[in-house]
Amino acid sequence: MNDALIKIAYLVASVLFIVGLKGLTHPRTAVRGNRLGAMGMFLAIVVTLVDQNVLTYQWIVAGIAIGTIVGAVLAIRIQMTAMPELVALFNGFGGVASALVAGGELVKGVPSGVPAIQFTIAAGLSGLIGAVTLTGSLMAFGKLRGDIGDAKYPGEQLVKLLVAAACVFCIVMIVMDPTNIMFYWYLMIAASILGILAVIGIGGADMPVVVSLLNSYSGIAAAATGFVISNIVLIVAGSLVGASGIILTMIMCKAMNRSLRNVLFGTWGDDVAGGGVVAGADEIYAGKVKQTSADELAMMLDGIQSMMIVPGYGLAVAQAQHTVRELADLLKSRGVDVKYAIHPVAGRMPGHMNVLLAEADVPYDDLLEMDTANPMFPQTDVALVLGANDVVNPMAREDPTSPIAGMPILDCDKARTVIIVKRSLSPGFAGIPNPLFALDNSLMFFGDAKQNMIDLVAALKEN
Amino acid sequence: MDPLSLFILLFTIFVLAIFVGFEIITKVPPTLHTPLMSGANAISGITIIGAILSAGHGAEGNPLTTYLGFAAVVFATLNVVGGFMVTNRMLSMFKKKG
Repeated sequence: MNDALIKIAYLVASVLFIVGLKGLTHPRTAVRGNRLGAMGMFLAIVVTLVDQNVLTYQWIVAGIAIGTIVGAVLAIRIQMTAMPELVALFNGFGGVASALVAGGELVKGVPSGVPAIQFTIAAGLSGLIGAVTLTGSLMAFGKLRGDIGDAKYPGEQLVKLLVAAACVFCIVMIVMDPTNIMFYWYLMIAASILGILAVIGIGGADMPVVVSLLNSYSGIAAAATGFVISNIVLIVAGSLVGASGIILTMIMCKAMNRSLRNVLFGTWGDDVAGGGVVAGADEIYAGKVKQTSADELAMMLDGIQSMMIVPGYGLAVAQAQHTVRELADLLKSRGVDVKYAIHPVAGRMPGHMNVLLAEADVPYDDLLEMDTANPMFPQTDVALVLGANDVVNPMAREDPTSPIAGMPILDCDKARTVIIVKRSLSPGFAGIPNPLFALDNSLMFFGDAKQNMIDLVAALKEN
Repeated sequence: MDPLSLFILLFTIFVLAIFVGFEIITKVPPTLHTPLMSGANAISGITIIGAILSAGHGAEGNPLTTYLGFAAVVFATLNVVGGFMVTNRMLSMFKKKG
């Protein structure tokens, strides 16, 4: 096909990506938006296949067949709770694909009509970012699954710095002599090690930030590859994804009240696991924690007008989403206004909790953002906290010396009554006690979230 | 076009696309952040274009480029197909009230 026509098709694909992402700004238009993006991708692939530079097809067909089958199986079989792992894995695959393409182009040699320095620096960056994305994502994948623990060792930052310096050295060598391909493979090795080292020290609770950042990297790697092959659609699509990942990273950091620097290099969590915390917990909880039962709650919920459900990851672990929705439906049928208040880090990746609740057929209009929900708590009869802890800890607001001081929280404590469903008084990721559990208006409903909700629904139906 | 002008053109597109990205993505509500991430992830599989050009560059060329291209096609296709499908699966679960 004519080169100009191919370029115009790439422009159309770029526009489809932008319009598609725009569709994701509302749940009503989101499905269509995603399909537009897929159409853009399909168009870009088809016109590339008829490019005059494509001479043989057997490897392409084989690669597409394998990728399609594996990708489709993963997409169909994945559990919604495991979505962060899958996205991490896909990020890594996208990153390594970009690095491989850049390597293949280096092997071919510097093309004419392009500044050699643009070609070599872009190839170097693509290799670096792509390889870091691959191994970093695989580490995040392992950590999200709980297969890989946290590893801290002395001199961690220095080791990372040395490996990063080795990467830069390799890129400089490639720029000075692009025919010396060996340095590209050295770069891939060093960058792969860097990706492992960068993520291994980061705690499991911080994986939402890591996955968001790696999402951004996979886009930047694609954009860098765009500079390698001077292709506009790669640059546009890669930049869009790079920007998207950066924004999500910033949102996650803000929601956890941490700087990106602190997440990547910090030691948060080390200094709060000491013995002093246990004594603090006794002091806060002693004699003040009130327990309740399903029957008692059923009576109490009879006659309330509004309820705010505050889900945390514990809810997903207990697979209680469907039972909670049943409870909400039952209360709604009795005229109670039931809404869900979702903290940005309620799940394991940005927006994860919303997906889990959507899977349980909770209408998206009932899912409230933190900023919408917080002013409503003082007028709410009952706040039902399910498997959330640190994100409802009033100490974040009140105690400037607390490790979570300043972290944005859901103001559940301002509701008339707070019911907390939890297995025990054990602390959350931050490792600190939660004074919410000991408030005068708080009731603890101990036990497994799902079983407790089943009991509560049964008790309500009898009542 | 001389090489430098080409670079400046590409760089201009790069910078403008980042701005467009920031403008659009900041308007995506938190409810859709997970599908946004997996959908954006699928779009980053656009590198498949480069992978196809490498894998199919012909028997005359360096076979190493072909093999690297083949591996890149596998990974990028996985990324594209898996990403768009799983995003579609998630988005179709978001329903309006009633």
